[in-house]
Amino acid sequence: MHDTTIPARLSGVSKTYGAITALDGIDLLVPPGETLALLGPNGAGKTTAIRSLLGIITPDTGTARLFGRDPRVPRNRARAGAMLQTSGVPATLTVAEHLRLFATYYPHPLPLAETLAAAGLNGLEKRKFGDLSGGQRQRVAFALAICGDPDLLILDEPTSALDVEARLALWSHIRAFVARGRSVLLTTHDLAEAEALADRISVVLGGRVVAEGSTAEIKLRAGGSIVRCTSGLDDDRLRGTGGVDAIERAGSTIRLSTRVPNELVRALFVADPTFTLIEVAQTPLEDAFLALTRTRSSEEIPA
Amino acid sequence: MIARITLAETRAELTKLARLPAYVIPTLAFPLAFYVFFGILMGPARGIGATTVATYMLATYGAFGVVGCALFGFGVSVAVERGQGWLLVKRASPMPPPAYIIAKVFTSMTFAAAVVVLLCAAGAAFGGVRLAPAAWLELMVALVLGAIPFCALGLALGSIAGPNSAPAIVNLVYLPMSFASGLWIPIESLPPAIARIAPFLPTYHLGQMALGTVTPGHGPAATHIAVLALWALGAAAAAAYGLRRDEGRTYG
Repeated sequence: MHDTTIPARLSGVSKTYGAITALDGIDLLVPPGETLALLGPNGAGKTTAIRSLLGIITPDTGTARLFGRDPRVPRNRARAGAMLQTSGVPATLTVAEHLRLFATYYPHPLPLAETLAAAGLNGLEKRKFGDLSGGQRQRVAFALAICGDPDLLILDEPTSALDVEARLALWSHIRAFVARGRSVLLTTHDLAEAEALADRISVVLGGRVVAEGSTAEIKLRAGGSIVRCTSGLDDDRLRGTGGVDAIERAGSTIRLSTRVPNELVRALFVADPTFTLIEVAQTPLEDAFLALTRTRSSEEIPA
Repeated sequence: MIARITLAETRAELTKLARLPAYVIPTLAFPLAFYVFFGILMGPARGIGATTVATYMLATYGAFGVVGCALFGFGVSVAVERGQGWLLVKRASPMPPPAYIIAKVFTSMTFAAAVVVLLCAAGAAFGGVRLAPAAWLELMVALVLGAIPFCALGLALGSIAGPNSAPAIVNLVYLPMSFASGLWIPIESLPPAIARIAPFLPTYHLGQMALGTVTPGHGPAATHIAVLALWALGAAAAAAYGLRRDEGRTYG
């Protein structure tokens, strides 16, 4: 009935808290060996989606499955490791004491030395958690998530509180985990993070997936390209050439958003003898994300 | 599997609390200091009913100490772990939830046993407390097992109170309740208005049950056990409510 090879799946999951709809019939699937990023602003429902998958909350409708099983049963979570948005690891226990305890929860845990190495915690095992830096604490949280040698790693905003160096360090540990053929589900509102780690992105907004695909597909769907140029044409005549979705001017430079960059550039060369092309670039993920967000919210505003 | 996890969880919990002076000092040192001061230094020569002050107060301060271990070991630690999101990390793991609860019960009982042994040693060595071996055993067992309903009460407080307010809330329950139950001053010496409230409090019943093991005339143990069990059930229901209420909250 439920496919036990699918690491994580939400099917039509809804969850409301009073008047707030956190999830609105969301469908999600993490295929084996893939990294899926849930991308969306705060309040989009990312954390509720993760908590449904981990069995912490029970959906109002729909089903959450980890490897085809109900995650509300503790032993069904044994193939998943999770890193949540919390800092409250008890301060008076050492790194090794925490990891040894967590390893007892899993049937086939990693040896302590391997967990320490995989999370960059060598030499810190005898330190009390309370004496660690922010980056080190986050690596302990990561170590707790991988100490059971899980097939699926679930990361809720793993690097949101970290400085650049600590973030890059954690990214490399996540990549090393992925390189062993494991699956990852991560949430982030940091687009660089989704681009750096994920094979696929699901853009979540209002408790639903509003766009999903590979990183490249997501960019394409959100409007494709940016044409930077100089031109003597005013905004109306620029729009008249066809294919221009948005215009931004900074000094003499014009930034045109378009889904048909080739046709647009050809038409501009014909229409404007003074036209100079500076570059054609793919829309950065930030813009793609904003465009998707904007489309959705404008649909929802009643006329 | 569950037994192994519970054992590991208990060891970690004991280590965690033993390294926390804010837990160890109030729970171990305060009852001992109070007992030595009020029970041994101030009144060993006088008697209360059929027994000595030192013996009477060994039972009541023993109860006071045991209740503190359970209320703080559970109440404050659950509130802090809930508030900081640690409970959420545990709930996301494959740890069976009973392991978490049972480990905290065992930990509270271990500290309770330590308080009881300290007080008994002080009473025997400096307070002239003399009991038959069976009575010593009964007193200790009654007190240490008596920690269990207060673990439930602590869990209830810890499941409802916020992490920062929990120590204050636990003290607000613990100290007045201990006083009104005759754990500091014998119930016979309390104002009648307070003495009339006492039978409604769980601490009174633990105190009376402990007194019953060292001197006659403190009611049938079965009654005390029944009242304590009722309190434990009520507290467990309140805890379940508090933890369910947490479901939709986000931390950080």
